[in-house]
Amino acid sequence: MADASRQPNPVVELTVARFREFIREPGAVFWAFGFPVILALALGLAFRERGRTLPRVGLEPQAPAWLVQGLSAIDGEGSTEALIDLVADGEVETARALRIGAVDLVVRAAQGDSRALVYEYDPTREASAAARVIVDDALQRALGRSDLLPSSEVHLTAPGARYIDFLFPGIIGMSLMSSTLWGVGYSIVLARKRKQLKRLAATPMRRWHFILATFLSRVLFLVVEVALLLLFGWLVFDIVIRGSVPAFALVSLLGTASFGAIGLMIAARVSSVEAANGWLNLATFPMWMLSGVFFSYERFPEVTHFAIRLLPLTALNDGLRAIVNEGAGLVDVASQIVVLAVWAVVGFAIAASRFRWQ
Amino acid sequence: MADDSDCALLVRGLVKHFGEVEAVRGVDLEVRRGECFGLLGPNGAGKTTTVEILEGLQAPTSGEVVVLGLSWGTGRDDEIRERIGVALQETELADKLTVAEVTRLFRSFYRQGRTVDQVLDLVDLGPKRGTRVSNLSGGQRQRLAVACALVSDPELLFLDEPTTGLDPQARRRLWDVIGRYLDDGGTVILTTHYMEEAAQMCHRLAIMDAGKVIAEGTPDGLIANLGASQVIRLRTDVAVDLGGLAGVSSAERRGEHDVLRVEDVAQVLPAALALIESSGARLLELATHRATLDDVFLHLTGKDLRDG
Repeated sequence: MADASRQPNPVVELTVARFREFIREPGAVFWAFGFPVILALALGLAFRERGRTLPRVGLEPQAPAWLVQGLSAIDGEGSTEALIDLVADGEVETARALRIGAVDLVVRAAQGDSRALVYEYDPTREASAAARVIVDDALQRALGRSDLLPSSEVHLTAPGARYIDFLFPGIIGMSLMSSTLWGVGYSIVLARKRKQLKRLAATPMRRWHFILATFLSRVLFLVVEVALLLLFGWLVFDIVIRGSVPAFALVSLLGTASFGAIGLMIAARVSSVEAANGWLNLATFPMWMLSGVFFSYERFPEVTHFAIRLLPLTALNDGLRAIVNEGAGLVDVASQIVVLAVWAVVGFAIAASRFRWQ
Repeated sequence: MADDSDCALLVRGLVKHFGEVEAVRGVDLEVRRGECFGLLGPNGAGKTTTVEILEGLQAPTSGEVVVLGLSWGTGRDDEIRERIGVALQETELADKLTVAEVTRLFRSFYRQGRTVDQVLDLVDLGPKRGTRVSNLSGGQRQRLAVACALVSDPELLFLDEPTTGLDPQARRRLWDVIGRYLDDGGTVILTTHYMEEAAQMCHRLAIMDAGKVIAEGTPDGLIANLGASQVIRLRTDVAVDLGGLAGVSSAERRGEHDVLRVEDVAQVLPAALALIESSGARLLELATHRATLDDVFLHLTGKDLRDG
């Protein structure tokens, strides 16, 4: 026991070595830690709520006076609240303005008839369809129509309902996927190419110590990476974990384990860096698209949802979202936990049986 | 038991095929404890394959290998690995780690051995302990590779082409390191295609070519077996057959040159010059040198070691 301090532990040494190799690579540190933060900031700012967005309405220069008057009344002239954003400079041809999205809706008077309205818009565009209803209602009222029933409004803004709230857990999931897959897969292929794995195989090092250390070093990154993102989300977007923190930690850990297993599977035999790149891209790209990082997979056809939910990134994103935004606990994310655990266990088993040291 | 024997390594009938390619075609070796044993041969002779089988990194197609009295694949592989040190050909150790960090990592795999400081002093890297591997010279990297091999204080050290690509000074420093390990009673198995290295370091040599051992003995003994301690190399404008001269133990043509192996240059040279003159040919180049392992290899295979 007196000698313990002089006998380094192989798992600790391997873990620390891998962690050091990573943090001493400035490029890798940026992509793992800096990039997700920048991405979240850019998307968060782009989709920030700007009060209410008003329908942008285009008006032809030769519009009759009664129409100009009516539209001006709901454009916030005088003391009334603005209901639309009137674009009437006439510089842009109205058809083109519609096409490029500069306006949602064009209003003009019907030809011949002195007092009839024509709305031009693309009905497949949600904003245009909404603008048509809002403008028609406001304009009719401004021109004298009276409501049959009085109405009032109660506004509810649910916490966790902003786009950034949807996006943020997805960014955490995506960056865990990228950094773990590349961190494990790429570094092992490189170590094999440089004969470092062969050199290790010539020592009495336990093979599973190496695998365990690879996983543990990823857990160290995970803690740093997720802590940075959470701090950033809290400071800039006021995002907090509403649900169970232990559940959040467990889902993140299992996510890392399942991506680590996939990385090991890919790296098990490949010995060229180019081939590793290709396989890693093949593994990550579909999940970027399908797993609901930037938009919900609910937009894909119903029949695909079950398969999409079996992807590890979907399970991770769904789990993190439920915990962060909806206040979920361990039990609520049990199905995601199962999916991630199966990927991790099956992946590690396949990787271990196929792994080549040289 | 077997451990107490004088034999560090025993190889019988070693064969290794890669598909159609026969990389090793029946190699027998015996290395005694305390010996520096060299495998000399050109690139592609099967040296690295042979050594990697001895190190337990590849399985032989057939044949018997006994390392320190133990055989690979009998459930005692880790015991062998605890007792041998390995420096592979051209390993790139982790660039981002320091000399001490790499050494400490390798130390952690072994139950016993030297401390990091001890082994770095042994290979003259003490002052470089905090330097990253990426900032080391080629010679320093090789000494670090040897440090990783020596950190367990092994009984048997395998070095695969340890000085390839190093300048003469770096090579000599590495030879000093190996020499110190041998002085401490270690056993070394070294592959090289540098005959100077084999002559300088090795007590005994096996010369390999095309997967086989074609000669074995001490460096001096192998040269003595040529039956000629001197070599005359000359070129004439018209070919002259000099092989029949008295005192020439063998003669061959290498490109445009005639290579004569002789015991006594003073006896053969005047006669050779006279024969060239009387044949009406003109002497264009002449050189003589003491016979080396290169000449042994050339004599045995008709090829230069350097040709690979």
